[in-house]
Amino acid sequence: MSVWLSHHSYAFALALKRLVRTPFASLLSIAVIGITLSLPAGIYMLLGNLQVFSGQVSGAPQLSLFLASDASRDEVAQIGSRLKRHPQVASFQFVPKDSALQQLKQSSGLADVVDSLAQNPLPDAFVINARSAAPEALELLRAELQQWPKIEHIQLDSAWAKRLDALLSLGRMVVSMLAVLLSFALVAVTFNTIRLQILTQRDEIEVSKLIGATNGFIRRPFLYFGATQGMAGGGAAWLIIALGVHLIDGPLADLAQLYTFDFHLYYLSPEDSVSLLLFSTWLGWLGAWLSVASHLWQIEPK
Amino acid sequence: MINFSNVSKRYPNSYDALKNITFTIETGEMVFITGHSGAGKSTLLKLIAAIERPTSGSIIVNGQSVGALRGRTISFLRRNLGLVFQDQKILFDRSVFDNVLLPLQISGFDPKAATGRVRAALDKVGLLGKEKARPITLSGGEQQRLCIARAVVNRPSILIADEPTGNLDADYAHDIMDMFRSFHQVGVTVLIATHDAELLGGAQQRILILDHGELTA
Repeated sequence: MSVWLSHHSYAFALALKRLVRTPFASLLSIAVIGITLSLPAGIYMLLGNLQVFSGQVSGAPQLSLFLASDASRDEVAQIGSRLKRHPQVASFQFVPKDSALQQLKQSSGLADVVDSLAQNPLPDAFVINARSAAPEALELLRAELQQWPKIEHIQLDSAWAKRLDALLSLGRMVVSMLAVLLSFALVAVTFNTIRLQILTQRDEIEVSKLIGATNGFIRRPFLYFGATQGMAGGGAAWLIIALGVHLIDGPLADLAQLYTFDFHLYYLSPEDSVSLLLFSTWLGWLGAWLSVASHLWQIEPK
Repeated sequence: MINFSNVSKRYPNSYDALKNITFTIETGEMVFITGHSGAGKSTLLKLIAAIERPTSGSIIVNGQSVGALRGRTISFLRRNLGLVFQDQKILFDRSVFDNVLLPLQISGFDPKAATGRVRAALDKVGLLGKEKARPITLSGGEQQRLCIARAVVNRPSILIADEPTGNLDADYAHDIMDMFRSFHQVGVTVLIATHDAELLGGAQQRILILDHGELTA
């Protein structure tokens, strides 16, 4: 146990020493990792913000059911009772064509025009509050109700929310692809850093092997180095994002105010922050591991 | 104990470096290996430390069959050997002290106890006053003594030196040889390869003579 501990503390101390010994190069690597990671992580955070925003604005999703103008009173009552029994319908409100016309007359200032009409052009309508706000569920409900007799048209009031949602999932897909590609780049960055280190420490590695170092002993400081550098890069990415939010939030809130929205950006959640750090640490470790695995066997004592 | 039985070594696309070598070195013995350059002295030492592998035959060191060792077990074998290399292999990016500390770090020694061990080893070779010096500032003889300190800091049961007096003048060479004799006197098995006949002059020890890869005495 104490040997294990002493080996690991030695490896970690050595990794830190190497990181500090070339401060400029280390800072540059950390900055590269930070900037690269801040891109997908930042976009991910913005998408999360947009999602919250769309949830706030769209509220409860509503469907407007417009009936055919020749629907009789019986048929209207029948639709009403069917809606009452439907499991997906939370509540609904019947808007008869007369009261709709009355409303139009009052609100639009078109009283003269309305009065001059020979007959009421408006249909009877139901306004339905759906039980589920999920766009897919709403779409299913719309398709089902469309099949009912005497229903002319169904308007999904949250159609724009659906479009936003589609855009968001497209955005998330793009972020995932970006994250995969950039992760690959980060692994490559660490891979090369470690490769250079192995080359400059050739003598030390060779001597160590000759006097009884296991491969694990030689590998360990490089793995710690990669992981530490990755973690520092993750921290840099977090700082970049936090700084970005801090700078953008004020102007964005002012802009939203003009559109009468109360809108503030959210920072990365603690869970997301920890995930970011762990992920970048893992990437650094992976790059170091690959590099050590592919270069260490070349240095065999002769 | 070191035992070679019918050991041959052929390098790829090359001549036979060693042909059918058989000998035994008992624990606590001091043995010289001599012969012209290219006779196979270095190869023989490398076989003991599993740096090279025999083409045929078997080598037993401290009860372990060296040819059968793989990976970690090779590392553990080497920790029980004190190796002084022909090309020294000093690390010039660190102090004398840190050079000698390295074997202890590799075997996971407690850092405080390690400091004492390193000082003791440096004291034995007369470099205690230079522990903070850079190896590049040492003379040739001092560098060789540094190598010996690094080889013995782990208190190995077998000490193996390849041409330890190779490029030293006679006085230094005798100093170094006295040092090896003192390790032998405290029970360490010592194996030294040298082409320097002068050193063997007054020696009472056993001498193995290699000639073109064959053991002649």
